[in-house]
Amino acid sequence: MAAPLCLLFRHSRAAWLFALIASGTALVISILLLQQVLATGLISYALGGWQAPWGIEYRIDTLNAFLLLIISSLSTVVLLAADTSISKEIPKEKHSLFYVLYLLSLTGMLGIVATGDAFNVFVFLEISSLSAYALIALGSDRRALWASYQYLIMGTIGATFILIGIGLMYQMTGTLNMHDLSNRLPEVAQTRTVFTAFAFVIVGVCLKLALFPLHLWLPNAYAYAPSIVTAFFAATATKVAIYLLIRFTYSVFGFSFSFTALPLQLLFVVLGVLGIFVASSAAIYQSNVKHLFAYSSIAQIGYMIVGFSISTVAGLTATLLHLFNHALMKGALFLALAAVMHRIGSVQLSALKGLGREMPLTMAAIVAGGLSLIGVPLTVGFVSKWYLVLALLENGWWPVAMLILLGSLLAIVYVWRIVEVAYFQPRVGPGELSKDSVREAPLAFLVPIWLLVIANVYFGIDTRLSVEVAQTASESLFGLSQ
Amino acid sequence: MFLGLYNYWIVVVLMMIGFYIVIAHGNLIKKLVGLTIFQTSVFIFYISMAKVNGGTAPIVGDGIEIYSNPLPHVLILTAIVVGIATTALGLALTVRIKEAYGSIEEEEIQKKDNSTC
Amino acid sequence: MNMSLETMLLLCMLLPLVAIVGIVGLGHKPNWRETVTISTCLALIYLVVNLYQGLADGEIIRLFLWEIFPGLQLSFVVEPLGMLFALIASFLWLITTIYAIGYMRSHNEINQTRFYVCFAIAIGAVMGVAFAENLFTLFIFYEVLTLSTYPLVTHAGTDKAKAGGRIYLGILLSTSIVFLLLAIISTWFVAGTLDFKPGGVFAPDVDTTVAGAILLLFIFGIGKAAIMPFHRWLPAAMVAPTPVSALLHAVAVVKAGVFTVLKVCVFIFGIDLLAVLPTTQFLLYLAGFSVLFASLIAMRQDNLKARLAYSTISQLGYITIGALLATSAGVVGSSMHIATHAVGKITLFFCAGAILVAAHKSNISEMRGLGRKMPITMLAFFIASLSIIGLPPTAGTWSKWFLLMGTIETEQWILMTILMLSSLLNIAYLLPIPYHAFFSDDNKQGSGEGVGEGVGEGIKEAPLPALIALSITTVACVALFIYPQPVYELATAVMENSRINYAD
Repeated sequence: MAAPLCLLFRHSRAAWLFALIASGTALVISILLLQQVLATGLISYALGGWQAPWGIEYRIDTLNAFLLLIISSLSTVVLLAADTSISKEIPKEKHSLFYVLYLLSLTGMLGIVATGDAFNVFVFLEISSLSAYALIALGSDRRALWASYQYLIMGTIGATFILIGIGLMYQMTGTLNMHDLSNRLPEVAQTRTVFTAFAFVIVGVCLKLALFPLHLWLPNAYAYAPSIVTAFFAATATKVAIYLLIRFTYSVFGFSFSFTALPLQLLFVVLGVLGIFVASSAAIYQSNVKHLFAYSSIAQIGYMIVGFSISTVAGLTATLLHLFNHALMKGALFLALAAVMHRIGSVQLSALKGLGREMPLTMAAIVAGGLSLIGVPLTVGFVSKWYLVLALLENGWWPVAMLILLGSLLAIVYVWRIVEVAYFQPRVGPGELSKDSVREAPLAFLVPIWLLVIANVYFGIDTRLSVEVAQTASESLFGLSQ
Repeated sequence: MFLGLYNYWIVVVLMMIGFYIVIAHGNLIKKLVGLTIFQTSVFIFYISMAKVNGGTAPIVGDGIEIYSNPLPHVLILTAIVVGIATTALGLALTVRIKEAYGSIEEEEIQKKDNSTC
Repeated sequence: MNMSLETMLLLCMLLPLVAIVGIVGLGHKPNWRETVTISTCLALIYLVVNLYQGLADGEIIRLFLWEIFPGLQLSFVVEPLGMLFALIASFLWLITTIYAIGYMRSHNEINQTRFYVCFAIAIGAVMGVAFAENLFTLFIFYEVLTLSTYPLVTHAGTDKAKAGGRIYLGILLSTSIVFLLLAIISTWFVAGTLDFKPGGVFAPDVDTTVAGAILLLFIFGIGKAAIMPFHRWLPAAMVAPTPVSALLHAVAVVKAGVFTVLKVCVFIFGIDLLAVLPTTQFLLYLAGFSVLFASLIAMRQDNLKARLAYSTISQLGYITIGALLATSAGVVGSSMHIATHAVGKITLFFCAGAILVAAHKSNISEMRGLGRKMPITMLAFFIASLSIIGLPPTAGTWSKWFLLMGTIETEQWILMTILMLSSLLNIAYLLPIPYHAFFSDDNKQGSGEGVGEGVGEGIKEAPLPALIALSITTVACVALFIYPQPVYELATAVMENSRINYAD
């Protein structure tokens, strides 16, 4: 979690190595943490020696550890490809800056997840967001600037909302420690202030989350950011926001309060399902593949929200699983797109013509990721869909289950548009530029891409790890709140 | 009742003003101004929350029994730093946008984007 | 020989995958590539026959791979119905491959390596479907099958092929994801297990409305069984090269569909429960409608392959009816019909392909007089038609016999009429083709379409591999009439397996 050192490296390669090492270390630490948490339960670390309710506490339970693992592993894998990818998309002199920002952003995300202090969440949120705005603005297209600006406005509003919410909570309880908050909030649960605080926090988080209809910033931000950044954010950023949502509703405010105080359940189901449909339909009509997958991300967030809103152990397990699985598939997809970008300099759908022949491994990865998005068996997408539908049925929500499955049909449509273009159209149409032969992506891309694809399949077949962790995490959340 | 909580009313009013500016104005700088006002209102909210009636500054000294809660001050110090960083970044972006598009009006920028793509 | 039967079972699935490596590696040397394919076929048949013997000896062959979710395993078991299916599939795969070599070469098709690779994956998936021990495993391989056949359907790469492929994939994936997956998860939820068990998995006191709804979901979800209104993909898939159509219709895809239907009916619901469900009757009539209506559409098709496609839809309806009748005769009939229809239909498709290769004709109206140029092909076509219609001395007789028995037993007079009527329709749309081929003069109609001058010369018999293939299947049609024992035994074993002893 130490980043700024990176600034010292003027040379980009060195910065890359350093970033890789830092991220890798974070990965190792988070694996160890997860093991330890699974074995012993809570770990807490009081920063600066102040004890829990007063000082800032880092508190790791299964949920955090799981998220830490997702974020650090994805970041490491993405970084593997970063060096090659940014060499084309970002001017040389900015390389070390890029890694600084990247690591800052990573720090922010890990911090959000690890901290047990509500205000600290805000600080880390801003750290990661600010570096995210800057990262997006590094995109080569000038629209990246505009996208970044929009994101900045929306993000800041969201963060400020959270800040207000936290302030109100503090006012009512006099504490900022999450665990402490959850103990003290029930006493004052029926006051209007707490309702307001709750509403502010939820709306703020949903902005960050890009929950439909607060998603407008996301597609542009994803589409115009440097490809590697997109891969990183798509796999991690929204996950962190989901984590916050879960953390606040389940742990801090407590399950019973969250779901009885406001018609949250209904609201989230409706928004989730709407999100799935609207975003998937939007994805179908995109001509830029990055846009397409960005919309698909919004749709996938919809799935997670639906799982979340079921508010049973099974539902939450499904959400957490999907969190993990979606990180895997989107990571693979966007990395593959980065490779395409690297080779042909465009991710317009029309530019992908015939690529199935020129870059077979990369396109195969996209197909595999796409299948996972659809939820074809033997991929992770299927696992999460299975659990989600099962959770829905458990609650007797037949229509929603049906709608969710229908939603995945839309995924077939947009994934298949890519497949058809890539495999069934000739590379060079008549009268166009003659053969500028495109080679397969360099190894630096292929290794991380296929790592993720294999993870996609592996966790689609052997779900023990992910399911177990997700299940313990959600059980512990319910244990905390009841 | 209303007057007694005047500081909160100010907070709310400022907040709404800021929020309105962010939404309603097309000029990027004005949007940032609105954002800053919005954030500032939250700062005031925290500060006024910390005030204890008749309290003094939280300095450890003899004879001081009642003092304001220092924690929100600390928090808001951080938040102010964050706010400054946000504003700075926003302004920097605006400069770059001006360079790239030659305008800082939202509508014009979108028009240019639409015409190029 | 020393291999344990479990290993063989595993190999059944793995062998085609291993073959892929060889096929891709030798992609540039067609002869070697095809040698690999054929030897894989032979090895597969060897394995399956061994398994069959193991089964006949009363051994229980079970293979457990690993657990995907708690309680959901990827596991396989050999049981009669699956055995039957695997036998047919592996046998016909060999023949189709032989045929494909002749067809693809003389057609100079592109991407032949990809073709063989997908072929191999598809057959591996079929083995997976055949030997699946639970619904979950079956579903996985069902989907693998869909995806691996997609590149085969769109093989030509033209816009038409793409459109066909889109419909194919769209219908199959959407039905399977929306209905079948939902049905499976509901079953899991209601019954707590997905294992195929004789007599069904549902508790005897299960709510019939719920179970009925699940049955509806199943039958609609198994899009591969091509029950109307989800039959559109079959004619759409006609854009594929003929060996693929043959594979789709006779070996892999549709049979996987009806096989799943049978499995679900017998081993998930159990025929006792099936008989009392409120939706069964509705589905029976739907299947009946599908039988009749598809036959009527088939009458109107001029394209030979399209006509055969609709004929398949109607024949699949038979199998579904048999399964839903919930009597032992029905199930036996269905099981046998899987086999007999497979042999018959594959012959018809081989013939259609042979005509296309040799005479470049795909419309029935152009085939007058062709019998004299391609006597073997047309003779095969005639015999296979008889089998589809269900006339002796061909295999189709038996399965139709049992199906009719089933309808009579349950006093489903309407369905019986439908079956009879449909047989008449079969005569009406199949027999004229060989009739005109042999007894009509080709100049009468042909000249009007501008092909008249060339018809007389250039046409020869189909290439030798194709000819061999279609002769084998034709012989099989007849052989299964004279010697239906193995098939019949397997089919009745299905019923014995479900531990309901009907005296028949």
